[in-house]
Amino acid sequence: MITSAIIPKPLARLPWRLIFLVAAIAMFGLVVLYSAAGGSAEPWAVKQGIVFLFFLGVAIGMSWMSEGTIKSIAFPLYGITMVLLIGVEALGFVSKGAQRWLELGPVKLQPSEFMKPAIVLTMARFYELVPAGEIRKWRAIWPAFVLLGVPALLILVQPDLGTCIVVVLCGITVMFLAGLPIWIFLVPAAAVAGAAPIVYHLMHGYQRKRIDTFLNPDSDPLGAGYHIAQSKIAIGSGGIWGKGFLHGSQSHLDYLPEGHTDFVFATMAEEWGLVGGVLLILAFAMVIRWGMKVSINSRSRFGQLAAAGLSATIFFYVAINLMMVMGLAPVVGVPLPLVSFGGSAVMTVMLCLGLLMALERQQRSGSSLA
Amino acid sequence: MKPIRITNTHQSITFSRRMLVLGGAQAAVGGLLIGRLGWLAIAENEKYQLLSESNRVQLIPVPPRRGWMIDRYGKPIAINKASFRVDIIPQQMDKSRDIVPQVAQLLDLDSDDVDRIRRDLAQSRGFQPVSVADNVPYEQYAAITVRLPELPGVAASQGFTRFYPGGSTVGQLVGYVGAASAEEYEKEGKNPLLLVPGVKIGKEGLEKTLEPILRGQPGGQRVEVTARGKIVKELDPKPDISGGTVQLTIDSDLHQYAARRIGDQSAAVVVIDVTTGDILAMPSMPSFDPNDFSDGISQAEWKMMSQDDHLPLVDKVLESLYPSGSTIKPSMALALLNAGIDRKQIVNCTGAFQLGNHTFHCDRRHGPLDMDGAVVHSCDVYFYTMCLRVGADKLAPMVRSMGFGEKFDLPFDNQRYGTIPDPNWMMRKYHRQWQGYDTVNMSIGQGMVLINPLQLAVMASRLATGKRVVPRLLKSKPVIPQTELAVGQDHLDFIRKAMWGVVDHGTAAAAKFPIPTIQMAGKTGTAQTHNLSAGERGNYTAANWKLRDHSLFMAFLPFDNPRYACGTIVEHGGFGAAVAAPLVRDTLTFLYDKQKAMDALNAFEQSIGGPLDERIARKTAAWRQANGLPPLPPNKQA
Repeated sequence: MITSAIIPKPLARLPWRLIFLVAAIAMFGLVVLYSAAGGSAEPWAVKQGIVFLFFLGVAIGMSWMSEGTIKSIAFPLYGITMVLLIGVEALGFVSKGAQRWLELGPVKLQPSEFMKPAIVLTMARFYELVPAGEIRKWRAIWPAFVLLGVPALLILVQPDLGTCIVVVLCGITVMFLAGLPIWIFLVPAAAVAGAAPIVYHLMHGYQRKRIDTFLNPDSDPLGAGYHIAQSKIAIGSGGIWGKGFLHGSQSHLDYLPEGHTDFVFATMAEEWGLVGGVLLILAFAMVIRWGMKVSINSRSRFGQLAAAGLSATIFFYVAINLMMVMGLAPVVGVPLPLVSFGGSAVMTVMLCLGLLMALERQQRSGSSLA
Repeated sequence: MKPIRITNTHQSITFSRRMLVLGGAQAAVGGLLIGRLGWLAIAENEKYQLLSESNRVQLIPVPPRRGWMIDRYGKPIAINKASFRVDIIPQQMDKSRDIVPQVAQLLDLDSDDVDRIRRDLAQSRGFQPVSVADNVPYEQYAAITVRLPELPGVAASQGFTRFYPGGSTVGQLVGYVGAASAEEYEKEGKNPLLLVPGVKIGKEGLEKTLEPILRGQPGGQRVEVTARGKIVKELDPKPDISGGTVQLTIDSDLHQYAARRIGDQSAAVVVIDVTTGDILAMPSMPSFDPNDFSDGISQAEWKMMSQDDHLPLVDKVLESLYPSGSTIKPSMALALLNAGIDRKQIVNCTGAFQLGNHTFHCDRRHGPLDMDGAVVHSCDVYFYTMCLRVGADKLAPMVRSMGFGEKFDLPFDNQRYGTIPDPNWMMRKYHRQWQGYDTVNMSIGQGMVLINPLQLAVMASRLATGKRVVPRLLKSKPVIPQTELAVGQDHLDFIRKAMWGVVDHGTAAAAKFPIPTIQMAGKTGTAQTHNLSAGERGNYTAANWKLRDHSLFMAFLPFDNPRYACGTIVEHGGFGAAVAAPLVRDTLTFLYDKQKAMDALNAFEQSIGGPLDERIARKTAAWRQANGLPPLPPNKQA
């Protein structure tokens, strides 16, 4: 918050520290995209910059929403997103191919992206409605599983394993914070571990291959293991200080696949080194910490759960992507928000941040009732 | 467990606690990520930097130029000449289309070559280029180059071809080069240089044994390439280091002269400079033309050579063993003198010698002879008699000290050293007692005695100098100091005089040295070969080439101050004086009077049907016709 006589009050009341932080991450992302394009603002940096500015505006605009409005749109948003998800699925069935988005004129809409904030808001809203005494009862549990399970399944069959995982983890995080009995989480965790081979069996060939490769990256260094191997080479060869801006050979000579999207972190780390990587991770950590603080300071149960869930969304995005590019997780196709080229991730993260800013404004204005 | 009534307060506490867990988990993941990043970027930095560099920079090997082989005067024996070449890289071929006929048509290749290319393609390792043609004329090279887009897998390039000015006269000396085989590639730890089209490595002879010196260090054009193999920019090239030049002790003119003088015989000649042990010439004829071999030869050519009873694929100087025949006699005489035999003592040669119930023959009835006469006229009966008197134990050491059976350190892979038998050896090898007839056989260089032509020349050198002359082929090797042999000076003088007599008025009188101021001393030898089996002995009357005796001659000159020694073995040449002695005489004449020697050679070649190249071409054509093969295209004819 900036206090100054010159700046008008509504502007001064914006969470500028967060906005600067997010803008800094996005700026850094643009610099990396500029380099990934071989030292050119085309075709990625300019487009990405415009998309970011647009969604930053959207997020700032959203920050004026009241908690009541957010609460009231939670279920409708979930409903609409579900319809869109089913629509996508139907379209995919008709066109006999994998389908993840709907084309509405010039805009490509990826409903699964909306599901991330939507599931968080819906779960938060649901557990707000559940009385404290009922929280350990069965009827406080099964609706959450249905609310989470159906869209997760729809996204999984798209197939979009990465988004599915993020959605499920976000939902579970809200359930965890809502105070559901701890066995609810431990038993399925054990079950997942047990069922993993069966799931593995049901997976698509390319998904299965990614798991194989993750478990043994050297098994296929020129095939599916190529992504992880080249990504590790890019990051490892960057060293502490990096090879320097525009001097990343892995990305510039196309050894690193998807160097501007999912593996943008490797592109960055090659040129900016450990230092750049740590700074980026810390910047994300500060954004997430800000979101968690919004949750802690929230005076309403919905605010608490929603803010924590939205922060967790950003966290899972970043964590899964980074684990993936550093060879700690299989390649599941999760981009690095604000840095990877592509509008959907920016949109999702900025929607989350917009909602978080709105919740944060409520705390400061004190208009919300506990 | 007592059911707890959960209130808002409880819920709030749970939330705070779980937020703490969640925050802690997030911090832990963050820590893990930073730790992992640090591990990759610091601990494994070196490894990944290497991998990144090996991604980025590719080395296109630039083969080094192979080192030259030059003779003692600096004349080229093996050099490189610029050439155009065409290869096929099997991996880049369009499997659905056979391009070999089109390429063969463009390059005017015959069916032999096509067969070889197909065979090589079938055996190739995919990425290993198959040589289509070396030494392609410019017009054909251009014809291929303009059609490259429609010939996937075909590569036309400029390079160097090994060139041997001496042609087939140096075949057995230098060996040949060729593209590395799969085994050779594996053996060298998959050296990528060996896969570069046009890179040849030594396969036989000096080319093989001197490979470490001749090969040189490959350079490379270092290029930055994209993942798709597109070259982005050229980095500073790593220069190649040409192979080292190897200077031989060979006098290439003399070597070629001797090779040509052999004519159509199957023979080996060795000339040694007795002052240093330098081998001046060591042709083995007939031979293959190493220029043909470096392109890869056709099956028909190979078949023709391996069927030839004159053995063009064998280096007779070092790989073939022959009975020494009478050339052993001067050394035997020295052994007799050392054993106390009086050289004036007379033995009466009746033309036959009875030992037990077996009769040994002399080539004629010499009558009464002393030792001098026995050497000059090569009387067998004298040596039977005297050697039996002395015993084999005293004979073998002297013969060995003269070089027979001795191993020499020369840069060749397949040397054979032969045998000088003695009673101990007989027991070890055949588990039987030494008998009198063994001594008789050995006394005239028959029986178990086996030598190679180099040893014959060494023996001549040692008889000439009385010193232990050791042959040398590489100029870079130090001359081995010559120690005195255990032979008295008067014995030596006597035997040299006797060998002078051989040429002056003895068995080789017909081969007198044509330069009056220089006198030659020598010893003839005729080695029986037909007593190998009873069947052959029975057929001797047929007297075909295979059953004739080997003709041997060794000589040194000038008689009064020896400088050069020579040994030659002409396979199935007949009587030693008739074929081998004139060959040695002419060869040594070349060292003193080139014109006179060349005149003799020209007359000789005229008498046997023209120069070597023409005779080889005629022989090849005749062989092809006899085997139902079409004649060679004009560009392939020698």
